Amino acid sequence: MADDVIEILDTTGIQRALTRIAHEILERNRGTDDLLLVGIRTGGIYIANALQKKIAEIEGQTVPVGTVDITMYRDDLGSRANLSVGKTDIPFKLSGKQVVLVDDVLFTGRTIRAAMDALVDFGRPLTIQLAILVDRGHRELPIRPDFVGRNLPTSRSEQIEVEFDDEKIPQSVTLHK
Amino acid sequence: MNFPHKNIIGIKEMTAEEINFILDSAESFKEINRRDIKKVPTLRGKTIINLFFEASTRTRTSFEIAGKRMSADTINISASGSSVAKGETLEDTAKNIEAMNADAIVMRHSASGACEYLAKRLDCAIVNAGDGMHEHPSQALLDAFTIREHKGKIEGLTVAIIGDITHSRVVRSNIYCLSKLGAKVRVAGPGTMLPPGIDKLGCEAYTNIDEAIKGSDVVMMLRIQRERQGAPLIPSVREYCKFFSLTEERLKLAKEDAIVMHPGPINRGVELPTSIADGPQNVILDQVENGVAVRMALLYLACGGEKLQD
Repeated sequence: MADDVIEILDTTGIQRALTRIAHEILERNRGTDDLLLVGIRTGGIYIANALQKKIAEIEGQTVPVGTVDITMYRDDLGSRANLSVGKTDIPFKLSGKQVVLVDDVLFTGRTIRAAMDALVDFGRPLTIQLAILVDRGHRELPIRPDFVGRNLPTSRSEQIEVEFDDEKIPQSVTLHK
Repeated sequence: MNFPHKNIIGIKEMTAEEINFILDSAESFKEINRRDIKKVPTLRGKTIINLFFEASTRTRTSFEIAGKRMSADTINISASGSSVAKGETLEDTAKNIEAMNADAIVMRHSASGACEYLAKRLDCAIVNAGDGMHEHPSQALLDAFTIREHKGKIEGLTVAIIGDITHSRVVRSNIYCLSKLGAKVRVAGPGTMLPPGIDKLGCEAYTNIDEAIKGSDVVMMLRIQRERQGAPLIPSVREYCKFFSLTEERLKLAKEDAIVMHPGPINRGVELPTSIADGPQNVILDQVENGVAVRMALLYLACGGEKLQD
């Protein structure tokens, strides 16, 4: 179906939003001590990597990035078509750390709930904060992001797509009606 | 991809793509087994029954741990001490279990085809944990997983499987699995333990173990399954050892970096000596560790998603 596509953020817009989020993360956590980023598979990983780069540019420190796959923490076992489980890779201790959970789009909040359940299975972080590129609303759980690239009121039937290039650098955010 | 099977009966019915999907999933599950808190809520509220009509330590424990690490309720039933001993039929036993709303039955049975028989009559998922001389899919999958982990791939490898080929369900599943993934499979054993026509499954058959081992990447030793043999098929264990046990000299015929596998239980000093069983080339305990991850993947795939026809 040839539907309406509206560009919400272009490459520069995304870079500006990520730069601001990186500054906000550093401000809130007073630098990079005990700071960890965890990206949610798969879009969140690329955003987390981009934030890691931004933070390195600002502070000269490379903060560790982990990845979490939430398939095993879903509250529905899904249909047979999406049974694929990805790998969770958190090669560091979470206990006592400031963990920034990163995802590209925040919608119902169920993914974040699942990701938080996964994180606490790895230890007891001092805090879990949430960084999101696009918040499209329609929360079904009491979850609120700490760092947001763009707030975007949407209707439930619309779709948000974040495009990445071959190097997994975010290129554009589009709204599909 | 779309994994279509609700029942895991045999490797024969699977495509290479499906096998790789299971192995890839198992890799994700393996990480859980090395966490401090080895549990995820994936199968919370699911009930898995281990119905074992034959002796088993490894497979039953492995399936039980696999279910528990994914938060399923796992219950073990063994034939002795159950109503099977009172003369109940297999179908009745299974239907009674299903009536208690079990989501999956993991079964081991001495009759080849027992799992398929149940799968046709029950709605809950059936996972084959070994049926007679037919198949032992979870073992073949964990073997493939272990080979892939050590060798980085399966395609193009030469795998020699040695021992009692006739009575081994492990061999049959492994021949299907490894040849579908592109490996060359050789089987070797005494003529009385080599079924005629085994080469039609896609392997080469040898009666000389040295020829089978020569140049192979993987040497898999099997136990002589005396419990399945009627009349003795070998004159004596001593004679069997002389011709078919893996010695240090024979292992040198394989590639230098060859790995030695065994599905267990090992008869030390029969199939292979302690020096090899505990030697640097053995990956036997890796097989056991990987078994849990592979079985987690199987139970997840069997219990998850909508029930489809299989």
